[in-house]
This record gives sequence, structure tokens and C-alpha cells, in this order.
Amino acid sequence: MSDTDFTRADVCAAAIADAFSQDGEIFASPMGLLPTLGVRLAKLTSNPDLVISDGESVFLGGTPPLGGKDVVEGWIPFRRVFDVVAYGKRHVMMGATQVDRHGNQNISAIGPFAQPKRQLLGSRGAPGNTVNNRTSYWVPKHSTRVFVEQVDIVSGVGPARAAAAGAGASRFNDIHRVVSNLGVFDLGGAGDTMRLVSVHPGVGVDEVVAATGFALEVPDDVPETRAPSYEELVIIREVLDPKGLRFKEVPAA
Amino acid sequence: MSRKPRDKRMSIDDVVGSLESGMTIGIGGWGPRRKPMALVRAIYNSDLTDLTIVSWGGADVGLLARAGKIRKLVYAFVSLDTVPLEPNFQRARQAASIPEVVELDEGMFQTGLKAAAERLPFLPMRAGLGSDVLVNNPWIKTVTSPYDDGHGHEELVAVPALRLDAALVHLNRADQHGNASYLGPDPYFDDLFAMAADKTYVSVEQVVDTAGLTVDAPVQRLLLSRMMVTGVVETPNGAHFSTCTPDYERDEKFQRAYAAAAGGTDEEWQAFHDRFLAGDEAAYQAAVQAFTEENAQ
Repeated sequence: MSDTDFTRADVCAAAIADAFSQDGEIFASPMGLLPTLGVRLAKLTSNPDLVISDGESVFLGGTPPLGGKDVVEGWIPFRRVFDVVAYGKRHVMMGATQVDRHGNQNISAIGPFAQPKRQLLGSRGAPGNTVNNRTSYWVPKHSTRVFVEQVDIVSGVGPARAAAAGAGASRFNDIHRVVSNLGVFDLGGAGDTMRLVSVHPGVGVDEVVAATGFALEVPDDVPETRAPSYEELVIIREVLDPKGLRFKEVPAA
Repeated sequence: MSRKPRDKRMSIDDVVGSLESGMTIGIGGWGPRRKPMALVRAIYNSDLTDLTIVSWGGADVGLLARAGKIRKLVYAFVSLDTVPLEPNFQRARQAASIPEVVELDEGMFQTGLKAAAERLPFLPMRAGLGSDVLVNNPWIKTVTSPYDDGHGHEELVAVPALRLDAALVHLNRADQHGNASYLGPDPYFDDLFAMAADKTYVSVEQVVDTAGLTVDAPVQRLLLSRMMVTGVVETPNGAHFSTCTPDYERDEKFQRAYAAAAGGTDEEWQAFHDRFLAGDEAAYQAAVQAFTEENAQ
């Protein structure tokens, strides 16, 4: 592999980094592996002001590799995470077992709430996150099982539901990006519905549409997600993820 | 006549004996972290029933669900982290064997405890608005702000107080009077659980002299004051297999064995129960010791 060859996982990391590049000095809260890689990539490139944590209880002053430690610059036990959620200077990227056309997300359960076919985690902080701070989603396996017409249980609140609930819900509702292994999406479609922003290199628009279980808004010209730069590739490979943990989520083709 | 505050030391059985069927019990810690597992195991083996359990859940919820102790569960998630989905909880939910289920946003849960701790009927919050938390819990109401700060009279969730009959928490150290400290990175919400409850029982790794609480730890480590505490139980390794940093971290090997049994056949669970859970706390700790030696390296 030459120095400038990149994998799908590298593209996803750079796309996630781009979702955080304009955030300024806020608490970036990535849930899971690729979001953590992408946030740290952003901190080392486009947005050095990002505040990051160990995912447990401390803010890290530097930018360690996945699983690594660094100098501590602050204290963020769970109770203070809730404080920052309400304070608003936070951008969380969560997973989504289901996400729908209106940007609602489900991590609670599949099937009816009274007796789920499959019980998942529970709604965790999704209801609070989505009406308080910027929220994005990461989907490592884009399919019609994940991108559904309507989620079974609304954990994370999309813009239409937030608007229907009133200003208390919509003032700070900000569903920013959905990044999957196939492309990048936002809620800039008609009536705040999901829109295709870009397809990853090597992915066709038809492939994305076929893997999406609702009518996705597709602009006439869909750009390709940008390729990671040489600098980013070096940071990903040599600094942040030398063990290649990212390939467990997004396998190298 | 003694001029000292009361000695509140008691046994695990004393704690369980002071609880009653039908009670609302809050369990401290967070997911697979600093859970009062020795007390939970004793409830698992007790004849208590019809409990309302309030917990940011881990194996505490899983065990009590498996034993059919829970009439009503109030939670925001149930997870073992490295095993994301708690198999006993999953099993109970998919069989609809917990009669009443209240799933909240995890921040709402804190707000509910705060309201209870402050003896308020509710506290306002945004979390829950627009989500199915309000659809699945139609008894949770909204409240309209009497103030207009430029966005109209905002409608907010009136998060109801999560009042507890009893709270069970596990900390690192306590004195015999109930002053207790956490030595790990996160207090979680154990002080809120204590103040939301009529009675609070704290299990600890070690009971020390009052002076010992601050001899090697800053005063900010003292999370519980004795005025919030009903009873103190010394249960070394009592949070096992959840974390109790810095005394010990999570026992991942044991957690995997628990999860495999919980997600396995009835026979596999029965074997796990017989080996680890059927006896008292001393028997449990001895069985864990043997398990650890068998699985060394």
C-alpha cells in the first residue's frame, strides 16, 4: 500500500473529523471507536480547541491514541456530563440501531416497547442530548435495517418531533450529521428530512439509496466524500490507531 | 453514657431484614461500576418480592430480574459496558416478565433523584421532550414556564421526584457512624440516592476510624454524611464483579462467565447459580476465589 492509499475506515474517520471541525471550544463526546478516532483526528488537525475525555471521568489535555492515556486537564464525572449537556457546549456522536427519515434515533429496543423483540441498551442520554446539544450519529453498517422509515422507539429526537414539542425542545435541537460506512448525511432535506451530502469514494449513489429504507433526498449532483489528506493518514496510521482497531468496525475491502 | 454518635455497623442479613416486600429501592453506582453487589446478592436470595428497583442498571438489575424480584423497574439503561446488553435484563424484557417498566433519559433520572432529595414534587428539564419517554410514560407531565425569556412560555418536562423507601450504595471507606468516602474517579450519584431515600444502607470495602477517612484522602472524598446513613456494612470485595476503583477494577473474566450463563440455557444459569449465588456472601467470595485461581492467566 502506498503512502496515499486510503481505506474506507480512513474516509469515515476524516468525515467524522469534519463533523467536529467547526465546533470551536466544546466538549466532543464520541460514543464508540470510529467516532473517537474521528474526534481525535479533528483535535490534531482542524480543531485543536476541542475538549476530549477518556470516556469515563477526566478531560485529557493531549490527544492520545485509542485506548491511551494522557495528561489530565479536567474532571468530568457523569454528573458533570449532565451539567455540560444542559450548558450546551457539547457535540455528541452516538450510535443508532435505527435512524429514520426525520432524524429520530432508536437505541432502546426493537419491536413494541411493552414486549420488545430485542431489548437494547435503553434510551441512555439520547432524549436529553438531542434537545440540549449538537448531536450526530455514526452507523458502521448502513442497511435498510438501520435506516428505516420510522424508528420503533424514539430515543433521540429529530427536528420535526422537536418542533412539534415546542420551543422547549426545538431551541437547542441540532442534529448535525449522520456518517455511515457509505456516506455522509444531514437533515437539510425538505421538511428537515434526511439528505445525502456525499458518498464515500467507491460507493455509488444507487448503492446508498438501495441500502436506505426510506425516500432519501438525493441532490442532482452528489459529491464524493473527500479523501483523507496525507497528514491525516499519517496521524491515523502512526499516531491514533497503529493497531488498526478501526478495521474491526469498517473492514478494509 | 456515650458521647459519641451511634455505631451503625450491621450485617448484610440485618440490612435485608430491614427491607420489606413492595418497597421502592434505589441502587447506587452506575452500570457495571461500584454497585452494592453483596447487598444485591442477598436480596436475590431473600424472600423479598414485588420490589420497585430504581437504578442506572448493571448486573444488579439483571440478577434481581432473573430472580423475579422486580414488580416495577425504573432505569435509563442496563448495561455491563464490555458486554453492552445485559442478558438477564434482555431476557426479562423480551419475556415481558417485569410487570411495570419506566425507561427514562439518564439525565432525567438524576433530576428525579434531585427532586426527591430536595423534597420537591418535580423539577423542570428539557430531556424527554419529543421522545418516546413521554409516550411510554404518559403519567409524566409537562409544565409551562411562568416566565418568557424571549422564547415564549416554554413547555418543559416536569420530571417527577424519584422518592425511595431505601437506598443501597457501595463506597470505599466509611466510619462506624456512616460518614463515607469514595476513592475512585467518580462519585456517581450515591449522595443523591441517599438523600432521596428514607433509609440508606452503605456497604464499604473497609470500616475505618473517623480520623482514618481523611488521613490519606482529601476531605472532598467524603461523599456521605452520617445524617444521611441508616446502616454501615463492611463487605470486602462487595462490589464484585463491578468496579470499585482503586480497591479493584471490574472482573472481566467473571463478568463474561456471568453473561454467558445469563444468556445461555436454563441449565447453564442453574449451574452458575448453584456455584456462585446459592450460598451466603462468604460462600460467594470463596467461589469467586476458586474461579479466579482456575482462570489465572
